[in-house]
Amino acid sequence: MSFAYDKLMGGKNGLTGFIILAILILIVFPLLLDSFRLNLVGKYLTYAFAAVSLVLLWGYGGTLSLGQGIFFGLGGYAMAMFLKLEASSPENTAIQSTPGIPDFMDWNQLTELPWFWEPFSSFTFTLVAILVIPALFAYIIGSAMFKRRVGGVYFAIITQVIAVILTVLIVGQQGFTGGINGITDLRTLNGWDITSDSAKNIFYYVNCFLLLGVIIASRYILTSKFGRLLLAMRDKEDRVRFSGYDVANFKIFIFCFAATISAIGGAMFTLQVGFMSPSFVGIVPSIEMVIFAAVGGRMSLIGAVYGTLLINFGKTAFSESFPELWLFLMGGLFIAVVMFFPNGLAGLWQDYGHYITDRFKSVKNLFVKPASATKATTVENS
Amino acid sequence: MNSMITKGLPSIKLPALKKALSIAAIASACSMALGLSSTVAMAEVNTTGLAVTDTEVTVGILHSLTGTMAISETGAQEAEKLAIKQINESGGILGRQIKIIQEDGASDWPTFAEKSKKLLVKDKVAAVFGAWTSASRKAVLPVFEKENGLLYYPTFYEGLEQSKNVIYTGQEATQQILDGLNWVAKEKKAKTFYLIGSDYIWPRTSMKIARKHIENVLGGKVVGEEYKPLGNTQFGSVINKIRLKKPDVIYAAVVGGSNVAWFKQLKAAGITADKQTLLTISVTEDEVLGIGGENLEGFYSIMKYFQSQDNENNKAFVAAFKEMWGDDSVIGDVTQAAYLGPWLWKAAVEKAGSFDVDKVVAASEEGDIELTTAPEGYVKLHPNHHLWSKARVGKWNKDGQATVVYTSELIEPDPFPAGYQ
Repeated sequence: MSFAYDKLMGGKNGLTGFIILAILILIVFPLLLDSFRLNLVGKYLTYAFAAVSLVLLWGYGGTLSLGQGIFFGLGGYAMAMFLKLEASSPENTAIQSTPGIPDFMDWNQLTELPWFWEPFSSFTFTLVAILVIPALFAYIIGSAMFKRRVGGVYFAIITQVIAVILTVLIVGQQGFTGGINGITDLRTLNGWDITSDSAKNIFYYVNCFLLLGVIIASRYILTSKFGRLLLAMRDKEDRVRFSGYDVANFKIFIFCFAATISAIGGAMFTLQVGFMSPSFVGIVPSIEMVIFAAVGGRMSLIGAVYGTLLINFGKTAFSESFPELWLFLMGGLFIAVVMFFPNGLAGLWQDYGHYITDRFKSVKNLFVKPASATKATTVENS
Repeated sequence: MNSMITKGLPSIKLPALKKALSIAAIASACSMALGLSSTVAMAEVNTTGLAVTDTEVTVGILHSLTGTMAISETGAQEAEKLAIKQINESGGILGRQIKIIQEDGASDWPTFAEKSKKLLVKDKVAAVFGAWTSASRKAVLPVFEKENGLLYYPTFYEGLEQSKNVIYTGQEATQQILDGLNWVAKEKKAKTFYLIGSDYIWPRTSMKIARKHIENVLGGKVVGEEYKPLGNTQFGSVINKIRLKKPDVIYAAVVGGSNVAWFKQLKAAGITADKQTLLTISVTEDEVLGIGGENLEGFYSIMKYFQSQDNENNKAFVAAFKEMWGDDSVIGDVTQAAYLGPWLWKAAVEKAGSFDVDKVVAASEEGDIELTTAPEGYVKLHPNHHLWSKARVGKWNKDGQATVVYTSELIEPDPFPAGYQ
């Protein structure tokens, strides 16, 4: 029990934050929002996976990746390929020159399904692919760089370049990938209509539980010895290396783990939004993901989720109310966050949150016997 | 008529229907008492819960106001607003003024999907005028089909699509391509063609149709076919190949900002209109603003509309557009097609006597909705949701305007052309 409490939840503060987040996304949002807005929140929460992965990689690992969109995209495309194959049954595509292949392949004069599409007709394979392919890709990039001690700015630039290359590849090879349009018109999952409201609600909850699960798993990693090594590497990499640890392998591991998390987000995105396009792979979305983490507070897993929600709520609300001015308002929001809360929302909570919790405690103390209240305070202070 | 209503309303339960009918009765009684009997009551023209009141009907405009596409989409949304303003001034639709809710697609396809869903689900708009690129249309299409919305899409595009929920006011690929090729083969005695385009679905599909037509119908030869990534600015290698192959015609579908580099580099390489025939399907007055008329002088575009068209409809349209949006504004092909959207919708709604999407679509599919006041001359809505329109070849002048040198007969739209797929 104490293992679960300390390692998975991160102690008292962590538990409080976790429970508040869980209540907010599992109970408050579904009660307050209609299905359209709830679906939007579901979409935002898929970006939160990438933001959480950046807290691990950048906040704790000190390695800034400007290419998390790559992995978000890989996960999303894997899911989209499965759904597209299901949508391209010979009956649905009877008007094409070659029925039974996705419509964009037919437009591009392909006459048979490319070999790498074949396995994606299996749902099991697709689920495994969503978890494994991004990790494998991250392993290749990671080992090529970390083993050669490439880090810092160079790593950030290289990840960004890979994001560009992948975008160009997807756009250029449109016969295989759907090009700039992306993979669109996804309707069913194993015969189940994913565009219906009930399906969207189910995906919302699946998404929430996966996100909470990812936060718990990340907590576990951060509170373990590995997490402390990660921090040590961030602050003085050489000392860790001289102590006999293989720094590169730790970095590769956390990069792969972050890739997998982002990919889960991407797959959930495809399911909830109903299409995938190269606009999630490139530089702009990758940098947006960094902004989500920065606004939330790059040292806080839960803060990253709030950061994502705040930025995307802002984006939607501003652009709905001021379609011609909203970009300036977003810019203003970023400047305000950087100037006034350099540690993000999590920093804000750390600095001022105790006013709220203290008030809560003083209310609680009214109902508790004075003796035990004092005791509780001493335990906390210790 | 009865069967049509039930067909349009499969999900409405009887009590709800009764309630709707009683509201209709009260509303019509009220309006009669107020002496407004000319206006049909809300419940009769709107049985599916759209944002229609007794005095107002709400529509959506969804174009990119920010991002890379903003420069292209601005004209379209300006034309839509002009048309709506004119309709309102002439008494609105079924006695109702049109109210606009505008959303920004931000040149981002998922945003288009999100905003279209917002317009349909939250705002319950009766119709949406919007989308520009094929990618944005593909992104919003499932939303419109799922929520049973109605989209008027203004851009000339690749065809291969016909959705119940979309009216395509631009020309599909065959309407633009075939007549242009026939013209150039006849007028310029062209036999060899060099095809160049940006690398995405529209140029690729257009070139596929062009190649089949050149090889199978005109008996000509394609001596080169090349695609460059969107945003590409390096055309040196293509220009060298063109010099080597000496085609009779360069047939181009380069889009967006790439166009500026493409035409400037052609001119720098000495390939100008006095030595080389060039026919493009992707340059309108809007693009010429960026390219510069002097870099295009003497080259040809094939479109369905040019701002310089000399007819009464167009003169009135150009004057009204400049009055609303400034003397400097230019009007391209898509801008004019966007202007047709609200008018076609008005005609269909009035014919159906209802704002219900199913009824408006049914009225549109009867194939007799026509606009004699269209700036391009005359258009008619085909049951396949596309417009009958004419193709025109324009020769570009230094001042950024084109002289129309050829006008075709009215061409039947054929989004799934047999023999060209």
